Amino acid sequence: MYIDWIWGLIGGLCIGCAGAIYLLGNGRIMGASGILGGLVDGSARSSWVERGAFLAGLILIPALVQSMGVPAVDTNLTSNIALVIAAGLLVGLGTRIGNGCTSGHGVCGISRLSPRGIVSTFVYIGAGAVMVVVLRTLIEGL
Amino acid sequence: MRAVIAFLSGSLFGLGLHLSGMTNTDKVQGFLDFFGTWDPTLAFVMGGAIIPMFIAWRLTRSRTPIVGGDFPKPADPKLDRSLILGAILFGMGWGLVGLCPGPALASISYGGFGGVIFLIAMIAGMALAPRAKQILDTSTAGA
Repeated sequence: MYIDWIWGLIGGLCIGCAGAIYLLGNGRIMGASGILGGLVDGSARSSWVERGAFLAGLILIPALVQSMGVPAVDTNLTSNIALVIAAGLLVGLGTRIGNGCTSGHGVCGISRLSPRGIVSTFVYIGAGAVMVVVLRTLIEGL
Repeated sequence: MRAVIAFLSGSLFGLGLHLSGMTNTDKVQGFLDFFGTWDPTLAFVMGGAIIPMFIAWRLTRSRTPIVGGDFPKPADPKLDRSLILGAILFGMGWGLVGLCPGPALASISYGGFGGVIFLIAMIAGMALAPRAKQILDTSTAGA
């Protein structure tokens, strides 16, 4: 358990460097929901190659690392498919309406002291915390 | 060049998400469980990620992007209804199963059937968003 925060910090530094490369290299904000969402709704036809390349790296590297098993990670995702579908819809809809997620508003927004990024991060962490309390209460109530 | 930089960035992002344990939904829901057995890992990930990004934003003041063009416009101070509503919806989904867009993509190779279903539902939600935003904007204008 005590080692988790060290891995968290190392992983976090990697994520921050990824964002720094994207910003200083391509002049763009690294937001996972924005990069994917622009491809989904067709609002970013001119930059699809760059977006596709980003997503390819994002999917390929964890696959490679996981296949080598260091460190092996389980997603521990709930087996309740209805819950998974509801959550996926909410995340997709919410990140696009609110214009960002944990990477765009959280990492990239907070680091430039963006009011929108900071407010958004507080709100989605708050909403997430409420949801976890609701879930825990329901499970314990059963 | 843009694609090479994007691929590098995406790779490092995926590696970081994997190493930090953020593709493990238990750790994300553990962080959000402030009133239970709180898991602080996500705070370390955020903190670790903000350090290089803070330096990068500083560097943007005195240069231009490597590929040319301009850096993003200065942060918009305006808060609006869609920002808040979107964050609430996103947070609810995030808390329900412990996945946000980055980790959902990063773990797709080992997340099993549920991971694929989540990604499909998330893409569907993204496809519906422009329509939802339109309705939201119209209702604001009418109010």
